[in-house]
Amino acid sequence: MYTEIRLAGFGGQGIGLAGVLLGRAAALYGGLEAVMTQAYGPEARGGASSANLVLADEPIDYPFVQQPDILVAMSQEAYTKFRPTAKPEALVLIDTELVTPFAEDVVQAIPATRLAEGMGRRIVANVIMVGFFTRQTGFLAREAVEQAVRESLRPKLVPLNLKALAIGYEYE
Amino acid sequence: MTQAIVVDSHPLDQILRADRMPHIFCPGCGIGIAMRCYAQALLESGIPQQRHVVVSGIGCTGRVAGYIAIDSYHTTHGRAIPFATGLKLANPNLMVTVFSGDGDLAAIGGNHLIHAARRNVDIKVICVNNFNYGMTGGQCAPTTPLGAIATTAPYGNPEQPFNLPYLLVAAGAGYVSRWTTLHVRQLKQDILRCFARPGFTFIEVLSACPVGFGKSNSIADGLEELQLYRERCVIADGVPLEEMGIDLRENRPIYIGNFIDRDLPVYHPVSLTT
Amino acid sequence: MHGDEACAEGAIAAGCRFFAGYPITPSTEIAERFAQRMPELGGVFIQMEDELASIAAVLGASAAGARAMTATSGPGLSLMLENLGLGVMLELPCVIVDIQRGAPSTGLPTMVGQADVMQARWGSHGNYSIIAYAPWSPQEAFDLTVLCFNMADRFRTPVVLLGDEVIGHMMERVVIPPAEQLPRWERKRPTTPPPTAGPYRAFEPDPDDLVPPLPHAGEGYRVHFTGLTHDERGYPDMSGEAHHVLVTRLNEKIDRHVEEITRLEDYGLEDARIVVVSFGCTARSARRAVREARARGIPVGLLRLVSLWPFPEAVLRELAQRVDTFIVAEMNLGQVRLEVERCSGRPAVGVHHAGGEMIHPEQILQAILRSAGR
Repeated sequence: MYTEIRLAGFGGQGIGLAGVLLGRAAALYGGLEAVMTQAYGPEARGGASSANLVLADEPIDYPFVQQPDILVAMSQEAYTKFRPTAKPEALVLIDTELVTPFAEDVVQAIPATRLAEGMGRRIVANVIMVGFFTRQTGFLAREAVEQAVRESLRPKLVPLNLKALAIGYEYE
Repeated sequence: MTQAIVVDSHPLDQILRADRMPHIFCPGCGIGIAMRCYAQALLESGIPQQRHVVVSGIGCTGRVAGYIAIDSYHTTHGRAIPFATGLKLANPNLMVTVFSGDGDLAAIGGNHLIHAARRNVDIKVICVNNFNYGMTGGQCAPTTPLGAIATTAPYGNPEQPFNLPYLLVAAGAGYVSRWTTLHVRQLKQDILRCFARPGFTFIEVLSACPVGFGKSNSIADGLEELQLYRERCVIADGVPLEEMGIDLRENRPIYIGNFIDRDLPVYHPVSLTT
Repeated sequence: MHGDEACAEGAIAAGCRFFAGYPITPSTEIAERFAQRMPELGGVFIQMEDELASIAAVLGASAAGARAMTATSGPGLSLMLENLGLGVMLELPCVIVDIQRGAPSTGLPTMVGQADVMQARWGSHGNYSIIAYAPWSPQEAFDLTVLCFNMADRFRTPVVLLGDEVIGHMMERVVIPPAEQLPRWERKRPTTPPPTAGPYRAFEPDPDDLVPPLPHAGEGYRVHFTGLTHDERGYPDMSGEAHHVLVTRLNEKIDRHVEEITRLEDYGLEDARIVVVSFGCTARSARRAVREARARGIPVGLLRLVSLWPFPEAVLRELAQRVDTFIVAEMNLGQVRLEVERCSGRPAVGVHHAGGEMIHPEQILQAILRSAGR
């Protein structure tokens, strides 16, 4: 297994945290190797934000994502910019209400932001997407991702985010 | 006929490195006088000598660190203050004095000087100002008066000098004084006050450099400069700091004294453990 | 954890309780981590006015007995080189971390480089030896920072950690062992009380390893430390003879211990006719390329320079006896290649990039295939 994942959206959506949660779930609780890289500098502020993960069942040498096997897009700009960089057959996850995919593209969609607003906390859209990702991809145990949520967030934020994770995971 | 008087001991033997004598200072130089005041203050400070540390940069005054028999660090040009900052913060029990010259502290080390004053780190700075770079033969310094002659200003210095007390107060120093090598008692007392008071302190000591500065600027020798101090020095009393500039070649007052003594928060590293 | 954080945690695990620095991309996260952690641990974090001041404060703290560190990138290292020389001359242990970015000058602040290798070696004026390590993962940023402190204290000298932006900013699993399982080599310290008459000889070398015991400020030894050429008492001695004795010893105390200092990792070297030499993040691409080439039956191995300085000359000479071709992959235009050529006595194949993006495994693989005649 050697999977390249790109998570992308706009600044403030918590794309980096989504990457950290998946990376930790894989590397600390999922028995996999994981490397995450992010764009730094002016390009990392505002506009498009992305987190790049390589997950593998062997040591990862080259740390960068080159042609994603999985693309998670949480903004139209991110989708338009990064869809051509991903493999044509890539698994593409989008936020339904923020992204209109190219006509020929096959995507898995979840209204993550609207679901988050339904919880009263728009900010957890990223974690809803992480839950959706976990279910759709199947290579991380739900428990591993839950453990990553518990270890990565301040204690008082954990229940809310576990709930968000569940909503994303159980979304049909 | 004069006859040499040889004595077995010197009152400062216990605080000076006798095995490093003779020192490098020229006849008429004021640095030895300032060093003596510091050494005397060390003995009278009531602080065990083991806790005193002296740090210097480069230049004639920088050599003082090598003559004082306490832990002494002769560092790179301009960097005495940050080195001293590290010493003090790593061991707050130390009484750390920076003893260096105007070129070292105010030119190449000028940035560190103003930031240490702003930060109010608990170090004691004694700055011997002899208006030039003496060790290397009389080059222009940031304290050289406008128009004064230096080897790198053979037609007269085209730059305005620093007024150090004004600079230091503006930078946020809590304690700023100026004395001359004529004012040995006042200088020693002032150093003792600095030891007794927490925070950054700065003492400027005006000093003769007959070889580097005096001879090219119509001051015949060290004695003449001391006479000039005696004639012109005035204890500043309400004189605005911006008027504290000095030009030895002009017949106007040289203001001395303690210019500011104010309590400001002393720098301590942030700690959550105490 | 990303590499910068791992580096800071390694320092903390090694007992570093003094950090003075000036923020500079891509090393800033190290300072930020210290700013967060030192107050919890009773240590000192201070943001200085520039890099000149940062390393001066680190040396002062070291003189007072602290394990002390600063972190910067190339432009800051340029400023620190002045007092790196002072640290060498005063023999004050400390760790200087350089998270390399694209250079020269301001270059590529947020992007990777590996072109400070020679600067770390020769940057300060004069003849001196330096110890430098180059991590290739966040885990190694942790481990090697611990090692840097131990080497600094062992040899009473500044040690450089030459990281790079890729390692500094990438996140990967880092295992932090319990403190008691970490090796700790203490500074050699005076074994006699301060002398009652005459100065303590703070620069009298131990004949076994040329490293003098280090008294700290405030212990009553009344030491004198000077950047001037000095004798064993620390007193200035302006003679060519004293200078030769001192400078020779400062070099030899490191050069004599190359084997003890050197850290290398090899992969597939035992049957290799082609050897790829690499370090830092580039070695990750090199390993990928070597794995792929070996899978195609090419006898190629990887020599990863975990320590860059002192250069492992003897290892390269020995390898040169049985290897046909050296390929050097590095994100500069040939700094380590020159060393490999010097030691192996023959031209090496260079896979170089000036920096800004990592060398891709494919580029190294192509060089291997060409060298193998395929």
